[in-house]
Amino acid sequence: MTLRASVRAMPTMLRVGMAETIAYRAEMIVWILTTTMPLVMLALWTSVAREAPFRAYAQADFVAYYLAALIVRNLTSNWVAWQIGEEIRMGTLSMRLLRPVHPFAGYLATHLAAIPMRALVVLPVVAIMFVTSARDVIVTDAPRLALFGVSVAGAWLLVFATFVAIGALAFFLEKSMSLVEVYFGLFMLLSGYMIPLDLMPGWIRDVATWLPFRYMLGGPVEILIGRAPDAGAVLAAQWAWVAGMGLAAALIWRAGIRRFEAYGA
Amino acid sequence: MRLTYYLRLLWVSIKTSALTSMQYRADFVVQGLMSLVWTALALVPLLILYDHQQAVAGWDFGPALVVMGLFVIMRGVLEGAINPSLIAVVERIRSGSFDYTLLKPADAQFLVSTTKFEPWRVVDLLTGVGLIIYAFVRIGHAPGLGDLAAGALLVATAIAVMYSLWILIIAAAFWVVRLDNLTFLLGAIFDAARWPIQIFPAVWRLIFTFVIPLALMTSYPAMAVLGRLDATTVLACVGGAAGFFVLSRAIWTLAIRSYTSASS
Repeated sequence: MTLRASVRAMPTMLRVGMAETIAYRAEMIVWILTTTMPLVMLALWTSVAREAPFRAYAQADFVAYYLAALIVRNLTSNWVAWQIGEEIRMGTLSMRLLRPVHPFAGYLATHLAAIPMRALVVLPVVAIMFVTSARDVIVTDAPRLALFGVSVAGAWLLVFATFVAIGALAFFLEKSMSLVEVYFGLFMLLSGYMIPLDLMPGWIRDVATWLPFRYMLGGPVEILIGRAPDAGAVLAAQWAWVAGMGLAAALIWRAGIRRFEAYGA
Repeated sequence: MRLTYYLRLLWVSIKTSALTSMQYRADFVVQGLMSLVWTALALVPLLILYDHQQAVAGWDFGPALVVMGLFVIMRGVLEGAINPSLIAVVERIRSGSFDYTLLKPADAQFLVSTTKFEPWRVVDLLTGVGLIIYAFVRIGHAPGLGDLAAGALLVATAIAVMYSLWILIIAAAFWVVRLDNLTFLLGAIFDAARWPIQIFPAVWRLIFTFVIPLALMTSYPAMAVLGRLDATTVLACVGGAAGFFVLSRAIWTLAIRSYTSASS
């Protein structure tokens, strides 16, 4: 019932989301520009690898890695955790619950609609990739580019599901936004956002294989620069996490809604 | 006399902030812990880098750690004493309640800058100092008294520069109202200051020295403490910062004059 309604309403919701993104384009671009970390790391590591490669990474590898990280990060990030947290706190969630479509569909539409804008911002970075030494590192054959595309889609869904889950924790916790901070700290360390996981100590790499963070950023990046030894395994683990995290988000949400209604809101 | 008046105002404001934050003691502990974790995270690249390599762009592990320590201190100053006030002010300009600030019988820039403090950021200052002390233990000798004095002078300059930069942003908020995310942008750029300025390519070195003077905030004070900076450069830094401070004050005064309130 709601599923059919949600699917039918999707095109309209996407159009509305697109219009919103365009209306708030300046804010969006400033937010995207705050993603400076890969660039700072790029400067640092290219300076380190100027004379001799640093372990298995030469200067060009670092350029390719961090530009790819910048692209994947900008394409896959969203702010749905803050949105949900705010709506629960302010009580505006009640309005959303009155609609005949599932709230997840609404959130999904809003954040899917932002992707074209994000892609537009990422375009110059892609161009830079092709004029710098990164050109010789990234994979360019169609099958592996397709794998990269699938992995970015998976990363997007995984980040989205994780953020919905964290946002929905606001049903139970007053300060769920500090959880976002904890999440981001773990993400920086274990996703390869700060440093390629290849350069991390072995045990951190092992831990990262079993956690979701790597599949949000490091996995796709490694596929693009041709460093993933087994792209199939990465994708399998990634989509398993997408399913698991999606289920977790749905369960937290279900339990939370019951509590929310119990308040009489 | 005016000075004691303003010092008293400052004291009242700090006391109010401390009292407010004492109501949320659990928060105090959690935030302090979080800031320790962030500092530890920031050390990861440094450790991985120097585990494998002796020096980068002329910086060994010890000196690079001094820069990191100064970064943690400056981040504490920024997040604890500068940002909270200024974010509050942007909100007031938008809502129109900034008029009440202007009506008060004290300098508006002073009131604006001392609205709110976050006392738990003291954790950052202590961590930063701890890092610098550890760095000097690693280096093997204590800094000379003269170098220490020069370093302290440059930290003061750094705070002045940082404050002036943020005041400029707020002044801009009088013309273009939606600016709070610009402070986030500058905060993100400030992140680059955790690395010695010499590691950046030449163009960025120029930008980070003269346009967004990140070098003045961490690298130069560090070089001063390490005894790598000559007296002329120290004086040039102080002179430049003083000029910047005066300029930001002038632009603030100009901006206040063009303020027309939100309601009318």
